[in-house]
Amino acid sequence: MGRRNIPEVNAGSMADIAFLLLIFFLVTTTFEEDAGITRKLPPIPPEGVVPPVIKQKNLFTVLVNKNNDLLVEEELMEIKDLRQAAIDFLDNGGGTNEKGEPCNYCKGKRSEDSSDHPNKAIISVRNDRETEYKTFISVQNELVGAYNFLRNRESMRLYGQKYTSMDSIAAHPQTGESLKEELNTKLEVIREMYPLKISEAETNN
Amino acid sequence: MSKFKKKKSGELPPVSTAALPDIVFMLLFFFMTVTTFKKDDYKVAQKFPAADQVQKLDKTDPVIYIYAGKPSERYRSEVGTQAKIQLNDKFADVSEIKDYWFNTLNNELGPEFRNVAITALKVDGETNMGLISDIKQELREINALKINYTTRKGNVSENLK
Repeated sequence: MGRRNIPEVNAGSMADIAFLLLIFFLVTTTFEEDAGITRKLPPIPPEGVVPPVIKQKNLFTVLVNKNNDLLVEEELMEIKDLRQAAIDFLDNGGGTNEKGEPCNYCKGKRSEDSSDHPNKAIISVRNDRETEYKTFISVQNELVGAYNFLRNRESMRLYGQKYTSMDSIAAHPQTGESLKEELNTKLEVIREMYPLKISEAETNN
Repeated sequence: MSKFKKKKSGELPPVSTAALPDIVFMLLFFFMTVTTFKKDDYKVAQKFPAADQVQKLDKTDPVIYIYAGKPSERYRSEVGTQAKIQLNDKFADVSEIKDYWFNTLNNELGPEFRNVAITALKVDGETNMGLISDIKQELREINALKINYTTRKGNVSENLK
């Protein structure tokens, strides 16, 4: 039984094969991340429930027609002015909330014909069936931007940290439980001050 | 007669390429691990509107996707040019959303995510709101209230062009 020499396999082309695979994966890799505007839909009200009456001054109406024009509080408006208009409306603080407390953190004009309290202020968006989706998103983005602006301002004053950055840390899966809890209580306080009330009414035909 | 040979001047020793496969393999493994393949093939246009007030959707979040938009070029002869809904790999009707939602929830995510599952609406920017309102109405009827409008990062003014 003679021992035979096993010939060595030539590994010179290994690099070529590896390169081939490498290039394949390089091409197919996408560092894609989904991001978007998160929203909660209103639940369908049970039958027989009458929706509460809302004072006109606590309602900020945004109408979008099929030509993608904006009608805000009965006036034509460009999208770029919408954010400031919404901030002015939410931050007005002309009256008191349900408990009868005035809004002592509001920095608005305290005008009589705008919202009483951020707690009561509701933004209503109505659009036509033929409105383009990107206009709708632009409007939503500006309105969320108005809320984020006010929330950030109060968050900076109370905690020295932006609301939006605290929110993204709290939502990150690698954040520790204790930190998450601490952030969530802070976020809850800010959300209480400026609760997001954007109503997406059913479209009118 | 000297014991040491004089070095040949001017000639560089060849660089050893023996470690090259190792380096390439390292890169290869990196890309292999980070690669994620696209879940569905898009049959509809997917040019999202721009927005900057966005929240990220993490890969670990329980997400159910609904695509909508105008059909891509090669499907137009079959289904026309009107905006369509795509569920999984197929064009679908609005009425199929409910079934699809519960199927995905039970088979892919798990029924325990009933109240936390996020429905991501991946809708092309040039779709009419009527279709989206219909989708939203369907979702409201099955109490799937958490939604996310997928957008691309950018300034709102880009939407107006």
